[in-house]
Amino acid sequence: MIEIENISKSFDDKQVLYGISGRFEKGKTNLIIGASGTGKTVLLKCIVGLIKPDEGNVFYDGREFTNADRDLKTEIRREIGMLFQGGALFDSKTVQQNVMFPLDVLTTMTPSDKLERVNFCLERVGLENVNKKMPSEISGGMKKRVGIARALVNNSQYLFCDEPNSGLDPQTAIMIDNLIQEITDEYQITTIVVTHDMNSVMEIGEYIMFLHQGHKVWEGSHENISRTEAKELQEFIFANKLMRTIQAQ
Amino acid sequence: MFLGSLFVNRESFKTYVRLIIDESMLVGVDSIFIVAIVSTFMGAVTAVQTAYNLVSPLIEDYIIGTLVRDMTVQELAPTVIAIVFAGKVGSSISSGLGTMRITEQIDALEVMGINSASYLVLPKIIAALIMYPLLVILAMFLSIYGGYIAGTLTNIITEQEYIYGIRLDFNPYTIKFAMVKSVAFAFLISSISAYKGYFTKGGALEVGIASTSAVTNSCIAILLADYLLAQLLL
Repeated sequence: MIEIENISKSFDDKQVLYGISGRFEKGKTNLIIGASGTGKTVLLKCIVGLIKPDEGNVFYDGREFTNADRDLKTEIRREIGMLFQGGALFDSKTVQQNVMFPLDVLTTMTPSDKLERVNFCLERVGLENVNKKMPSEISGGMKKRVGIARALVNNSQYLFCDEPNSGLDPQTAIMIDNLIQEITDEYQITTIVVTHDMNSVMEIGEYIMFLHQGHKVWEGSHENISRTEAKELQEFIFANKLMRTIQAQ
Repeated sequence: MFLGSLFVNRESFKTYVRLIIDESMLVGVDSIFIVAIVSTFMGAVTAVQTAYNLVSPLIEDYIIGTLVRDMTVQELAPTVIAIVFAGKVGSSISSGLGTMRITEQIDALEVMGINSASYLVLPKIIAALIMYPLLVILAMFLSIYGGYIAGTLTNIITEQEYIYGIRLDFNPYTIKFAMVKSVAFAFLISSISAYKGYFTKGGALEVGIASTSAVTNSCIAILLADYLLAQLLL
């Protein structure tokens, strides 16, 4: 479980996050949603420690992370897997080397054990016979799946996904969403997904936090999101014609 | 602060050995061709231009060999090749790290709990410190050999005179001086370029700007260090 307490962040004189608090449960797909520029990615980066918040704390299963010493931070980070928006695969390494990378650097496993684990993870995300391909030779959806495999290979306890289905066709996007949900459920990990895609919200949002201009406006699940009375959230949900049609029905 | 961050929270020694070998191939072995071409022609041109300027009958031709040797060992090999090295390796280090930064590959390393500065930059600096002096030694040989080829093929000096010239009053300290310079230049080029690339912000345009800035700053640093080391050590 990840808890965030009163997270605030500003860049120069621009305040991006205003005292965000929340609790992301283990075994659930937790979503942070909101329009572009509302601070979703900044919040995610504060949670994983890529950006230090001006105020507030993050707790990983009760362990304080934001102000932790270097050793504890490293220990917690080695339990984290993250899927970046563009995949963030290492260009100079093959798919296999990318997925094996955390094992190479962070473990003392034998080469055969590492290869077995890599093949298992690639198979789990539905990728086979791509081990020797370079990231430039695979599609956007495959890159995301390789990113998920790399995030999982070291038995991560926490999975973070930054807009996992951006730039993907609707079918592949749903497949990635379902994969994230299945993995979360199967391995009982704590997953946080940043997205502005309503399909993802309706498909996998077990806990949803809605941000608007750096403020937490609403939290709940996909079952009650459409019944919200929060004006900003209504505008966000029903921005497209399809959702308005569903609302009218 | 940046250099200090390279030495905290490091990975295993074995990891660095592998990375240093890989970087040495990129930094050193891949630079041999350009260094060989530049240094051979540098020596050849030095020999021809020295001969052109030797108009006094009182100065023996073997002085051409002596001048090629002294210019090569003390200045041309360590300094001019450093400018070439900054252009090739410095820009490569900077643009490589800059691209990794803007495509979130550096963030990916950080999230895994890896000190990205140490993992990515330290092996490049160590590889440059090992390989650049070796490239300078190669450049010295090829430059002197280039002078020999140009001198003997164009009949401006005989083989015996050239060899006599390059052996005349040889001071081994100049080699030590060149090696000290080459280590200093390697450190400046690799650390400045890594710094510029590692802290790139923005997109592809900024990667290009960082790369240009890395080469420009490295060249200025090389020339300043060249002057300071000459003042201090000669």
